[in-house]
Amino acid sequence: MLTGKLFMHIPDGFLNVPVSIVLWVVSVAVIAIALRKTGKQLGEKEIPLMGILAAAIFAGQMLNFSVTGGTSGHLLGAALATILLGPWAAVLVMTSVVSIQALLFQDGGLITLGANLFNMAVVGVFVSYAILFLLKKLFKNERVGLFVGSVLAAWCSIVLASLACALELAASGTSPANIAIPAMGSIHALIGLGEALITLGAVSFVFAARKDLLLADQKMGRTSKGILIGGSMITLILAVLSPLASSHPDGLEWVAEQKGFLSVARDSFYNIIPDYVFPGISNEAAATIVAGIIGAAVVFAVALGVARTRKKSA
Amino acid sequence: MIELYQERESLLHKMNARVKIFFTLVFILCVNLLPSRSWPAYILFFTLLASFFILSQLSIRTILLRSLISLPFILAAIPLLFTEPAPYLITLHVKSVTFTISQPGLIRFIAITIKSWLSLLAAILLTCTTRFEDLLAALRQLGLPKIFVSILSLMWRYLSLIVEEAKCLVRSRDSRSASGVNQRRPNGSLWWRAGVTGRMVGNLFLRSLDRSERVYAAMVSRGYSGEPLQVNVRQMSFQESLILIGMILFCMLIMVFSYLIH
Repeated sequence: MLTGKLFMHIPDGFLNVPVSIVLWVVSVAVIAIALRKTGKQLGEKEIPLMGILAAAIFAGQMLNFSVTGGTSGHLLGAALATILLGPWAAVLVMTSVVSIQALLFQDGGLITLGANLFNMAVVGVFVSYAILFLLKKLFKNERVGLFVGSVLAAWCSIVLASLACALELAASGTSPANIAIPAMGSIHALIGLGEALITLGAVSFVFAARKDLLLADQKMGRTSKGILIGGSMITLILAVLSPLASSHPDGLEWVAEQKGFLSVARDSFYNIIPDYVFPGISNEAAATIVAGIIGAAVVFAVALGVARTRKKSA
Repeated sequence: MIELYQERESLLHKMNARVKIFFTLVFILCVNLLPSRSWPAYILFFTLLASFFILSQLSIRTILLRSLISLPFILAAIPLLFTEPAPYLITLHVKSVTFTISQPGLIRFIAITIKSWLSLLAAILLTCTTRFEDLLAALRQLGLPKIFVSILSLMWRYLSLIVEEAKCLVRSRDSRSASGVNQRRPNGSLWWRAGVTGRMVGNLFLRSLDRSERVYAAMVSRGYSGEPLQVNVRQMSFQESLILIGMILFCMLIMVFSYLIH
């Protein structure tokens, strides 16, 4: 079954280390700000609230509906969390969800967790907030603004997060930009429709049952200028960079530079020890064979040891 | 929902969680830093993991099945096969379109697959041998902010309950609309189906909100003051830190040698 979730959680090995580290730093910085901001607004009462709502978002991602033969639409939840909790709390909730998925269910890697947090907890939430804010301003009617805003925010959060994901893959040299970006973008333009419809359903349900929750959110949203600017910037950058990068696959010049830098660094590393050979082993094929033999021996020894201790204890 | 942790009486289960976290991170970092063609290093790293899996007495079959989780993501790397430069290995003619699989592309593709799989195995080993409470306590000691520890531990506590609630919602929907999610001809229009799912999510949200208020009241009445629940944390013993240092040095050594060979 083709699901959107799988294509958002980047496993380890698919991003190179520099890209992963940069995104870790960015995500940690944003989350630290979110902690400071929510620390002021929220007391100890909100800890169980956020913990349980994070669990609800996690569980909500399991609710799906069939689209056509075999494919299904389901929820990521960044936009919904933003609408219901306000942006900073949503960053924390999405961070918890993505971290638990990586730590406990291996949905996304550990070194790439920074990138996954960036895509889902930062890009997803910031973009949703900026669009929601804009649409609420645009429509005088509060209800229409909220509903239209929810739909657009949900769709854009998915599409832009997927573009960020594609750009990261391209920057790591894992997937060529001219294929990854259009492919990810178009798949998620469809998946985003599912997200938009589910979010609309959820928001209208909450609007009918507990209108006060959605109005309370507006009060909380007044201070988040940083997110507004950040969200608009992310939207603009991704919207401009993606078509640019995909039409000029070699146009990600900074990546090329980075790659060039890496190869230069590696070359100089060789030059320091020019004629060095692995002690007694001159080429790669021999090294592979030796590694295989050593490996098999180690595993055999460990298995033997475990079998012995088990026998003794039995 | 499949919980990964498997209770065993092994050395790895008894090991301090901080040692395991550190080792896992260093291991994944080293694997990801390897040059593409370091086949000997892949074998040695795999050996290390295989030994740990034997020591941990975990069920190898479930772990291998579990390690297929990131398989679909390999789709993202498939274009590499065709876009890297010459020398070409295979040329395919499909009608008028020609596909060429190049050698550097193939090597990079295989390397990404191996690296991803090794990293995944290391992460699975960590999760399978460490209780989540211990993992969180260790992360707290390693500097994860208190508020996150609280949120994550509460989330973990209520996860299975709320997932169960979500499954109930799905079950009742499926029994009422007389068609499962993956059926070829679902009932109702797409709009209707999406709307129903959306209302289920909203419902789940409101129920969880109510639950969180009840939970908070229950916590306060039992003396909660904002501090995370304490878990008894064992200090790292001298032996354990030696093992950790040894393992890190081993990983580094493999990495340095694989750079030297190339």
